[in-house]
Amino acid sequence: MNNFAYTRATDVADAVRLAADAGAKFVAGGTNLIDLMKEDVVRPSRLIDITHLPLDKVEDTADGGLRIGALVRNSDLAYHPQIETRYPLLASAILAGASPQLRNMATTGGNLLQRTRCFYFYDTTTPCNKRAPGSGCPAIAGINRMHAILGTSEQCIAVHPSDMCVALAALDARVLATGRDGPRSIAFADFHRLPGDRPDIDTNLRADEIITAIELPAKGFAKNYTYLKIRDRLSYAFALVSIAVGLVIEGGTIRESRLALGAVAHKPWRDRAAEAQLTGAPATPESFARAADSVLRDARGYGHNDFKIDLARRGIVRALAQAARGTPQSQSDKRIK
Amino acid sequence: MAQPASAERRRGEQFPASAKTTVTLHINGVDRNLALAPWTTLLDALRLHLDLTGTKKGCDHGQCGACTVLIDGRRVLSCLTLAVMADGAVTTIEGLVQEGTLHPLQQAFIDHDAFQCGYCTPGQICSAVGLINEGKAHSADEIRELMSGNICRCGAYPNILASIEEVMAKAAARSGDKGR
Repeated sequence: MNNFAYTRATDVADAVRLAADAGAKFVAGGTNLIDLMKEDVVRPSRLIDITHLPLDKVEDTADGGLRIGALVRNSDLAYHPQIETRYPLLASAILAGASPQLRNMATTGGNLLQRTRCFYFYDTTTPCNKRAPGSGCPAIAGINRMHAILGTSEQCIAVHPSDMCVALAALDARVLATGRDGPRSIAFADFHRLPGDRPDIDTNLRADEIITAIELPAKGFAKNYTYLKIRDRLSYAFALVSIAVGLVIEGGTIRESRLALGAVAHKPWRDRAAEAQLTGAPATPESFARAADSVLRDARGYGHNDFKIDLARRGIVRALAQAARGTPQSQSDKRIK
Repeated sequence: MAQPASAERRRGEQFPASAKTTVTLHINGVDRNLALAPWTTLLDALRLHLDLTGTKKGCDHGQCGACTVLIDGRRVLSCLTLAVMADGAVTTIEGLVQEGTLHPLQQAFIDHDAFQCGYCTPGQICSAVGLINEGKAHSADEIRELMSGNICRCGAYPNILASIEEVMAKAAARSGDKGR
């Protein structure tokens, strides 16, 4: 780890002011940042400790939704009574990720800002357009089993590693941020970026901005939902493919649908065209298969990860069936039914 | 648990990159003042500065759980915690012994032969204390899932599970007695 200065921010305005220092980074849970610093991937000149800011509440919003403070720890959020009952998709996705110790440390805002676990990004002895812009992408023709099949570019095929963010995408969350120009609200779909020709930039958050909260709309899809995560071992592993589904079903017909995938792209991959296709369709395996084909119409494998296309197709069909039946995937009983 | 007064005192303080600073850690019920650089992890502070070598450095990247300690009763990874940020009351494996008596989980790990090499054991036990504090595990599957952050290279998992199940069952029986 490089040597760095350490400052505790006293309030949000102080944090924004301190962030004017281009070499500074905010730190909260530290579960990803400290690791990246140990690997010399990130070398901040200063850490701004934001853990004492008053951003640790879960509150009702005027429109019937919830506002989740950026510093609410992942475990506290997953086990929050309002999340468990009204947004079980979010609770399930959080509990599918990391380990209890990491979830006790990691924060809501930090989860959004975690970096890809692409091993070329982590290995400073290799080129990487995300870590060292213009140096190249060894993953495209290299070992790319964990990599993206949707929304890739010639510069980068890394995936966003979060489980929580896949649920937030499906739930149509909003990200509240504050910077020098004051507060703003960002639709979740607009928060993370595709790599394009600037894979070094993960999100549309500006350098002087700090995430203060996540807002959930009132609709939580608590009856028909699932978070299905498929990975190399039964627990404590990043997804090969994950699928978040929320449905509203009346008399066997899908009235509303949400469908988002994790570990397939540079951002949580929500497909509104597939959702539109499902809406009004009967909740049958045929409808689910058509939606899966639609999501994967432009999917592309890079060799080692070719299997992800078929895995995602089958996973989408299975997840839609789980949600339609009202039998969400358990995160402790690992059998996929 | 109440925030230690030093958390308030240190708010807004700035530590330059070159300097060590005095950090007050609350370890196993004792305040310890240390001169530390901001980049010293809680794990290194415990092992290198306080000679509390029960907490183990496994991967040093948050992947193995060997460095698990409790802060204000919650299990966390000391390898990914900066000492300068560790405000709460830290409990390590050394702090689980009460008046010379092993913690019930320590005794259960011995009784069930829940380790071979023992390197992961302090982290396993601290993690299990945190697991029981959290109160979310009610079945063997749930214990396995919620202990998945602690890797045992010797593969002592069945006996680790048995140890935790026994302590949970005894605690449940005790609280049942009280309820009568």
